[in-house]
Amino acid sequence: MGEIKLMKGNEALSEAMIRAGCDAYFGYPITPQSEVLEYLAREATNRTGMVILQAESEVAAINMIYGAAGCGKRVMTTSSSPGISLMQEGLSYIASAELPCVLANVNRGGPGLGTIQPAQGDYNQAVKGGGHGDYQLLVLAPCSVQEMVDFVKLGFELAEKYRGPVMILTDGAIGQMMEKVELFDQMPRKTDVPDWATTGRKKGQDRTYITSLFIEPEVMEKVNLKLQAKYKQMRETEVRYQTLNLDDAEYIFTGYGLGARICMKAMEIGREKGYKIGMIRPITLFPFPVDLYASIAPKVKAILDVELNAGQMVQDVILSTMGKTRVEFYGRMGGIIPEPEEILEYFEKQIIGGAK
Amino acid sequence: MSGAPVEHGYTHEQICIPENLIYQRPGTLLEQEFHYCPGCGHSTAHKIFMEVVEEMGLEGEVIGVAPVGCSVFAYHYLNVDMQQAAHGRACAVATGIKRMLPDKIVFTYQGDGDLAAIGTAETIHAANRGENFLAIFINNGIYGMTSGQMAPTTLPGMVTTTSPFGRDTKTQGHPLKIGELLALLPGVAYVTRQAVDIPKNIRKAKKALQKALEYQKKGLGFCLVEIVSNCPSNWKMTPLESNKFVEEKMIPFYPLGDIKVPQEEKK
Ligand SMILES: Cc1ncc(C[n+]2csc(CCOP(=O)(O)OP(=O)(O)O)c2C)c(N)n1
Ligand code: SF4
Ligand SMILES: [Mg+2]
Repeated sequence: MGEIKLMKGNEALSEAMIRAGCDAYFGYPITPQSEVLEYLAREATNRTGMVILQAESEVAAINMIYGAAGCGKRVMTTSSSPGISLMQEGLSYIASAELPCVLANVNRGGPGLGTIQPAQGDYNQAVKGGGHGDYQLLVLAPCSVQEMVDFVKLGFELAEKYRGPVMILTDGAIGQMMEKVELFDQMPRKTDVPDWATTGRKKGQDRTYITSLFIEPEVMEKVNLKLQAKYKQMRETEVRYQTLNLDDAEYIFTGYGLGARICMKAMEIGREKGYKIGMIRPITLFPFPVDLYASIAPKVKAILDVELNAGQMVQDVILSTMGKTRVEFYGRMGGIIPEPEEILEYFEKQIIGGAK
Repeated sequence: MSGAPVEHGYTHEQICIPENLIYQRPGTLLEQEFHYCPGCGHSTAHKIFMEVVEEMGLEGEVIGVAPVGCSVFAYHYLNVDMQQAAHGRACAVATGIKRMLPDKIVFTYQGDGDLAAIGTAETIHAANRGENFLAIFINNGIYGMTSGQMAPTTLPGMVTTTSPFGRDTKTQGHPLKIGELLALLPGVAYVTRQAVDIPKNIRKAKKALQKALEYQKKGLGFCLVEIVSNCPSNWKMTPLESNKFVEEKMIPFYPLGDIKVPQEEKK
């Protein structure tokens, strides 16, 4: 059993970064995730020698990540919505150059400068690719402080396995709330250097270079096909989700991260009232649990998707269920967190009551 | 041709004996034809920098960052480990590399648009943090790669595709002397402006590059070697005319020489 602590989501994420043997963090302050840089500045360097650098912008931070990841190091950055928008060009380069790294988006309300309250408006940006070109981030959506810890470790494993960027898509509530967490033991810093890393040309060997420029269309297409093959493999082997009460379910509540947490409570209240509600929580948003939704759709009367946005993941639920069941959506925006009771009320009115 | 005496009376074999060797491609340059236009300063800058790397025995120690600009493919020529950076972000990428591998020799190679327009923030902040790497800055006063638009360093009155009536400083701003600006920052160890238009200047530029790498080895901080260069194609000049323009127009505006030298050098 690992060390048990009461920790804030952002601090737990930072602690996990240190314990995962992360070599460097480059970041820029933004609410609601500034605790990450603050925590690391206090804790990291004297414990593991990890490099912590406050960059001049998120644009610089993501490009520092590019450079450091290109040296074969284990690196991570975090930000919140506006800052993540600034990182999109860099992420596209990182995906194309096949550099492993982890980043976390502690999603706040938008668009624009928006609000510092929690939201899930960045689903599409994270899952559909916010930068240019055909690339994907592998996206993990924690719904507890414990998962903030677990997904840092998992994130590095997946980033290194697939040589690409992994995003932890969380939000201001999970970043800010305190919960009990079990921490994994300190892992050693990485010592092996992958052969693609730029560390200085070895005697008698060819130079190594890292690029995302493939000027001949035939080569560029090959690079794209290679990326797509990786994404296919992710779809086949990396889908992760949590389900509850599916056995007797007539209705499904679904959502990710904070939305899922609130749904769980709404499901419990609904069950007490006698509604046979089950729950699906995608943990990987890309790859999305398409097959799970497809198989459950014909067995249930309706799926209610709850998000803290105008309805983004619900599009993937609709695509996955292929018209085999009714899909309804309930969302709040702008940093407002829906109450379980209002979700159930919506469920009773729209789905049970059958209102159109 | 082999064996047949040529005008000076030496045979091909006689000329090729090692004692007569006065020039060869440094081992740090790959056997790859440059794609640069004839007479372009990028080729000369590549060559002298790679000679320095070879002469200092640093080929296994160096990691470079290529920009977006005409020299985007620098890694096809420079036989050292390299990363290609997004437009303007070379100094951020180099920061990531140097912070991970502080014992390696790190450099960026950037054009004026890359270093002094889109990448100004990354350049200034890397310099201000005293990041211990070298930025090689090719100032040709134009956007070469995208076919001749105005650069931050375009001279007043100079015609480009986006300043077709000549750069009007009232509406299009003044040429940015980024070297002078960076020299003000305490984290900056060395700023020098050189040129590659004539052999004398080429030799000086090479010396400056060598000094910059020595300073980096000593951990003195950020070094900028600006190289006033040309762009015959987009200046719409022959290589010779372009070098004349460098001498007559560019250098008077961008005077050559050291702008800042490390404290220890002054003694
Ligand atoms: C984000 C982004 N904006 C614009 C471009 C287009 N672009 C490519 S190179 C370049 C200018 C390069 O000029 P400079 O840095 O002076 O290099 P030179 O070609 O003159 O050596 C521009 C604008 C790009 N590749 N990326
Ligand atoms: S366009 Fe200009 S800068 Fe680019 S290679 Fe040709 S001459 Fe050199
Ligand atoms: Mg230029």
